[in-house]
Amino acid sequence: MSERLTSDAVAKVARLARLDLTPDEIRLATEQLGDMLDHFADIDALDLSGIAPMTQPYRLVNVMREDVEMACLDRDEVLAAAPQPEAGRFRVPPTTGLEL
Amino acid sequence: MSERLTASAIVAGVRAGTLSAVDVLEQHLAAIDGRETEVHAFNLVMADSARARAAEIDAAVAAGHDPGPLAGVPVALKDNMCTRGVPTTCSSKILEGWKPPYDGTVVSMLRNAGAITVGKTNLDEFAMGSSTENSAFGPTRNPLDTSRVPGGSSGGSAAAVAAGFAALSFGSDTGGSIRQPAALCGVVGVKPTYGRVSRYGLVAFASSLDQIGPFTQTVADAALALQVICGHDPMDSTSIPESVPVYSAALDRGVEGLRVGRIRDLPEGADADVAERVEQAFDALAAAGAMIVDVEVPAFTYGLTAYYIIAPAEASSNLARYDGVRYGMRVDAADTDSMYMATRSAGFGDEVKRRIMLGTYALSAGYYDAYYGKALRIRRLMADDFARAYEHADVLLTPTSPSVAFPFGAKTDSPLTMYLCDTYTIPTNLTGEPAISVPFGSGAYGLPVGVQVLAPSLGEPVMLQVAAELERAAGGLS
Repeated sequence: MSERLTSDAVAKVARLARLDLTPDEIRLATEQLGDMLDHFADIDALDLSGIAPMTQPYRLVNVMREDVEMACLDRDEVLAAAPQPEAGRFRVPPTTGLEL
Repeated sequence: MSERLTASAIVAGVRAGTLSAVDVLEQHLAAIDGRETEVHAFNLVMADSARARAAEIDAAVAAGHDPGPLAGVPVALKDNMCTRGVPTTCSSKILEGWKPPYDGTVVSMLRNAGAITVGKTNLDEFAMGSSTENSAFGPTRNPLDTSRVPGGSSGGSAAAVAAGFAALSFGSDTGGSIRQPAALCGVVGVKPTYGRVSRYGLVAFASSLDQIGPFTQTVADAALALQVICGHDPMDSTSIPESVPVYSAALDRGVEGLRVGRIRDLPEGADADVAERVEQAFDALAAAGAMIVDVEVPAFTYGLTAYYIIAPAEASSNLARYDGVRYGMRVDAADTDSMYMATRSAGFGDEVKRRIMLGTYALSAGYYDAYYGKALRIRRLMADDFARAYEHADVLLTPTSPSVAFPFGAKTDSPLTMYLCDTYTIPTNLTGEPAISVPFGSGAYGLPVGVQVLAPSLGEPVMLQVAAELERAAGGLS
């Protein structure tokens, strides 16, 4: 079992990722993610100071276009794909005001 | 399989009026009827719309019109490419039944080129996997040995071409998801240069690594497919504006005088049968007049670690959109946050959850620099190492997969063991450079071995040139 990761840390990560895991799932994830972090230890000793991070392979350029009206997605078609469309909008459960 | 028509032959026949698109399609649909239950390459077979489209193609030819460079070619699309009004599931419960409101750019390009979509193919959920065992709708089986995996994540697309269900198919490659299944199913698979093919309408896994590419029976078909799907797309801000060369131009040119690099510090791990075929591939190219040169890519060995930090990090961000609000499934709950949790927990499979958590961890406060920040610097080292290697070599040659197709369940107990399948394919996703897997003889159990040709950015022409030579040489292997 890796010492790099505790089950409390995994539970916190699951919460951040909006995943609800059972205690068994947390235990398995702690083991599996710990194994991966152990494997990742191959980069621990690398001195990478002075090397610029590379976020993507191609040169980054700002892409501009003429500010003209163009066709967009059909609103009814987009809403039809939603779990709960209502009166031209997406209906969701309450976001505030509940005693949690 | 000798009676099978290549895409190039279908196009030539249909355009000339000597082949009917309807007849070609019916042959492929008959192959699907015969073996799809056993292989499970598809999440959806679109026989009716394909038949209607084939009739349109034949009518166009009869009326004297040219239906396009893929006239009458039956194609299969990985089910992570958006098809308007047609379910696009990513083999995930969370998107089951979702019908996109638009077509991906590649999907439109293929239709405009006269191709006929026969179906949407199975994949590891959200393209996360190397065996297609992670699909929410059950695994795809390797048509060459149905007790074994087809590879992944584009296993359905690879199997579709190998089984004769489609003349061409398309997949996406984030860490080897086209090349590895191509190798395991004995077909050609290409990951083009990042930005060469539009990602608009490809459901995002890791946006700085994802690229669409073809599965084909021959290298010439790969050139044909690339010719259709490559090009600039204003809908993709990472699309490369450079013009597209004629990919078929150098296929018959041979490799005389070309420099083929052998990576001296390539990570070990390839099985002996695979390593032997790669040696024979070097020999074949040398015999055809290429110079074999030694190069070093020291960062290669750190590729797996860098990839399995960067890809999950990007995935954890990309997959945040599946929240039960705008599309896909929803599990109701009393408040929004509980609804997010319930929906995502019920909708995502184990591997997707694992990668989301790994990525969330790598990006979280206190670990960002140790993992994600470091992985991005290794990525830079990798790009610099390859650039130096390409000062001495025109292309590099490696195994595609460390092994031939493996049995179901062989690697599912340990995610890390499965990840090692991607050792040789990952680096070019990190650098954005193109690579192709070409079938080159067989290995253990008589199963196909793929060799991988890597080239510098936008080096598809020389990559295809060398691949074509390997294809010719493979014909003479014992």
